[in-house]
Formats: sequence, C-alpha cells, structure tokens
Amino acid sequence: MATMPRTRPKRSLVWRNTIAGWSFILPNFVGFAALTLVPVVALFYLAFTNWNVFGVAEWVGTANFRRMWNDASFWTALRNTVYYAVFHIPLTLAAALGLALLLNRKLRGVAFFRTVAFFPYITSIVAIAVVWNQLFSPEYGPVNAFLRGIGIDNPPGWTTSGDWSMPAVIIVGTWRYMGYYMLLFLAGLQTIPAQLYEAAEIDGATPWQRFVNVTIPGLRHTTFFVTVILTIESFKVFDLILVMTQGGPGQSTLVLSQYIYQKGFVESQFGYASAVSIVLFALCFGVTLIQFLANRRGER
Amino acid sequence: MNRPTRNAPLHTTYPPGRAMTTTDIRPTAAITVAGPASGRRRPSRGWRVAGYTALLLAAAALLLPFYWMVVASLKTNNDVFTIPIKWVPDPVVWRNYVDIWQRSDMTTWLGNTLLLSVTVTFLQLLTGSIAAYGFARIRFPGRNLLFLAYIGTIAVPWQSYMIPQFILMSKLHLSNTLWSIIALQAFGAFGVFLMKQFYETIPEELSESARVDGLTEFGIYRRIMLPLSRPALASLALITFVTTWNDYLGPLIYLRSPDLRTIQLGLNTFISQYNAEYALIMTGSVLSVLPVAVIFLLGQRYFVEGIATTGLKG
Repeated sequence: MATMPRTRPKRSLVWRNTIAGWSFILPNFVGFAALTLVPVVALFYLAFTNWNVFGVAEWVGTANFRRMWNDASFWTALRNTVYYAVFHIPLTLAAALGLALLLNRKLRGVAFFRTVAFFPYITSIVAIAVVWNQLFSPEYGPVNAFLRGIGIDNPPGWTTSGDWSMPAVIIVGTWRYMGYYMLLFLAGLQTIPAQLYEAAEIDGATPWQRFVNVTIPGLRHTTFFVTVILTIESFKVFDLILVMTQGGPGQSTLVLSQYIYQKGFVESQFGYASAVSIVLFALCFGVTLIQFLANRRGER
Repeated sequence: MNRPTRNAPLHTTYPPGRAMTTTDIRPTAAITVAGPASGRRRPSRGWRVAGYTALLLAAAALLLPFYWMVVASLKTNNDVFTIPIKWVPDPVVWRNYVDIWQRSDMTTWLGNTLLLSVTVTFLQLLTGSIAAYGFARIRFPGRNLLFLAYIGTIAVPWQSYMIPQFILMSKLHLSNTLWSIIALQAFGAFGVFLMKQFYETIPEELSESARVDGLTEFGIYRRIMLPLSRPALASLALITFVTTWNDYLGPLIYLRSPDLRTIQLGLNTFISQYNAEYALIMTGSVLSVLPVAVIFLLGQRYFVEGIATTGLKG
C-alpha cells in the first residue's frame, strides 16, 4: 500500500468505502438504533422526569432517586437480586464445570448426555416454571416425596413459603442454565493441550493436582467470560421469577427487573421505573467493569 | 434423543471442507468440541464407574421435569398428584390432547407464534448477514467504534431499557401489534456479531480476487460470502427461531389483545385460568415445547456451533 499515490485516489477510496460500508450496515442499523441505542440514551433523560402514562415529562431532578432511597420495596428488590446472584453464580459455575469435566472423558453416551444437558436451555420459561411448580408442590410433589423418603420429616414449602421460594427459584435457574455454560467450558477444555496433562502425569501429579495446576489455569479465559455473562444474566433475572412466583409470597422473590416492570407497566410511573432501571444498568455495568479490571490485573 | 449415536462425533468447528475446498481456511474463532484429547491414558476402572454414576445421576436430574411433564399430560387430573406418585400413567389418557384444542385458543397462539418466529428469523438473517459484511470486510472510518456500540448493547440488559423502548414503540403506534415483536427481535446485535465472527474466518484473498475480477461489494457478499456461510446462517436461523418462539417478556409487554397472544403468553393465561387442571396444563406445556424440541434435535449441531462461536445467547 505504501507505493500508492497518497492524495486524491486515497481519499476517494475512503469515501467509496465509507458509503459502501454504511449501505451494508444501514438496514440493520436503522432498527438497531431506533430500538436499542435511542432507548438506552433516553433512559438517562427519563429517569430525571416524572413521566406517567398521560405523557408530559416534567424535569424533576434527582427526586426519583431520593424517593428510591426511602422506598423499602426497592431495597427488598435489590437485596433479593443480590441474593439470587450470590447463589446462582457459584452454583451454576460449579455445576457447569463439573458436567464439562465429566463429558470431556472417554465415556459412552456422552453425546446423548450433551443433548440432554442442553434441553432445559431451549425450553421456554413458562413450561419450565409450571413443571417445577408441580414438582415443588409441598404436599404431593416428587421433590418433597423424595426428601421425606430420605428421612426429612418436615420438608420445605418451596414456592409457598417466604423463606424457601428464593432457593426454589435459584435451583430452577441453575438447572436451566448449567447446560449452556457447560458447553462453553467444554469448548474451553478442548483448547488445553494434552501434552500438559501428560507432562504433569510424568511428574507424578495426582488427578487433583492436575485439575488445580493444569485445568484451572487453562480455563482462565473461559471462566472469566462465563462469569461475566452469568453475572449479567443473574442481575436481570425476571421471566423465571415472574412466571414461577410472581415475586411472592409477599415480596420474598421480588427482584429489580420485576420492580421496574411493576412500576412502569402496571402502575405507569415511567419516570420512577426508569430511575430504578438505571440502578440495574449501573449494577451490571459496574460489576462487569470490576471483573474486567480484576482480570487484567491477574494477567500481569 | 433415541438415537444418540447420530450426534456422536460432534465437531464444533464449522467443517472446513464443507463449503470451501482449501483446508487452511479453517475458522479460527470456532472451537472444537470433540471427544477427549487423543493419546490420553484410559481412566482406571474405579474412575469410570464413578464417571458413569455421576453421568446417570445428572441425566436423571436434568430429564425428570420433562418426564413429569409428559407423564402428567397423559394422566387424568386426579392422578397427577397421588401418594405414592404414579410414575407411569394408568390409564393413559390421550383425551387431554384433544380437549386442549377446544378449551383454549391453541390454534391462534401457535399461528401467531409461528408467523412471528418465521418473519423475525428471515429479517434477522437478512439484515444481520448484510451488516456483518460491512463490519468484516469494508474498512471505513468509525467502523470499529460503531461495532463497539453493537457489542456494548449486548451486555446491557434489555430489562433496563424496556421502558423507553415501550414509550417509543407506543409513539410509533406499534404497541399491541405483531409488528412490535418483529421490530423488537429482528434487528438484534447478536446476528451481526455471529455472522461477523464467521466472515472473518473466510480468507480475505477470496474477496480480493473477486474484486479484481470486477465483482461489486454486494456481488461479493451475494455470490461468495453468503454461499460460504451456510453453516453460520443455519446456526443463526435456529437460535433466532427458538429465541422468538420462547420469548415471554416481549409479548407480555407489547401484545395486549387476546387474539394477538403467542403460545407462551397464551399458555400462561391458560395456566392462571385453569389452575387446578394439572393434567391439561401439562398437555399445553408439552405442545408448546414440542416444536422447539424437534427443531433442536434436528439442528443440534448448528446450535452448538453457534453458541461455541459467539458464547452469547440470542
């Protein structure tokens, strides 16, 4: 390219490419800009207004955020979201990695199992929620029948109990997503060279030592990536809870997304709901940022 | 599911020889999910037994809900919850599968959902594959920044901007029409991302020589890139179809009229209407899952490839 004349042809090439590039991107970009970019930007305006269903937005400054500070339901929703994330993330990580390690071995039926593990992920939330509600049924459901069978006389009430509804939702969430993340881990495991394991074995490393010193470092990038997606997915959890428990009993499973939905679409307080949305946005953004920074520091 | 051997050698690389003849143009972004690395020592007997036990237990835990769904859909309503639990329906009640059509608007729901899923998939393939070409193959100022905006929004939860989006959609008079769902799903950044990842594995020389031969950029896309990216298009089509089929939140917010309901929305109203008809509810669930299950089993390879390539959900 160095031999090319620098002045006019170059500039016209840039022009031509710009026009060509944009005309390819445009059909998708129009829809994308209108339905994603504009709303994301508008969110930061709406949150400072008192927009309701009749639609005159009045600038109210930080009033929505001050109201949020004293809103007990908001804090409950935030606490429950964190509760879900704190248990869902490590459980899913462990289950997905465990399954991936299992499937990475020479066993029969591995292909069949991979299909099975992926099944929950492609099944709709509505069907999943209704089945699990039946399985968790306190009196007659098979989960409690099993628990009674192994000697637990007073099994939990699951979705009918304030203390146990969140664990029930966490179990179902983990069950649904572990197959998906397993697939990502499996792909990561394939990139670890077999020679590393052989060398470790020759040096007399036990299976556990091989896992800690070869597998875990080898999966570094995959684990980071999975954690980031898993975190965002946990913070935005919504449809599963909406269909399974509707946030109840009481407010025991009310999460941020659902609170936004309730304020915005049920009570038509668009301004206030947007302010809560910003908290959700900041939560996802902030935690992702911290993860990126931590990852970079770890790489040094 | 009955014939696991069919899926046995599941290579998650897009097979290099399939559309292209040179072997050195193997996609780099894709990852192989094959059997265990060859040359590794066979595990000892004890390990194998433990492995099989764990596999069996995990499979049981994963499949139990599906087994319950099918079995309960074939029971009389009184037989769904019994002590002890009946694990085999006796008598087998096929009637549920007839009754559900009369007691619900299943036909409307399935029709709406099919219409939406097909339209969205078509549009996403079209706009996604075209835009991805612009990002992957044409150099122009601001391109990378623009692409960053695309990728960035994948990480922004939809739940956080659904309110402004809804207001916008209402202003455009699209809410409470099927168009809202089409608009919502058809222009996703995911398709652009997946296709771009794939295009970048196709060697630049191919398009260079086509350019020398006088093909326009659109000609290169249409005649060279598109035919070569059939596996990636298949992945994108399957993932988009299933995502649209399963979507619950979009229809919940945008579709208010009963005659616009999708299968997920319809099933959920049915559940709250007949909340004691346990067997019939399971029948509806089976019917809502069935099309997706069939599509998944037929195109499983492409699913896995698409997800391993992008690592992102639709």
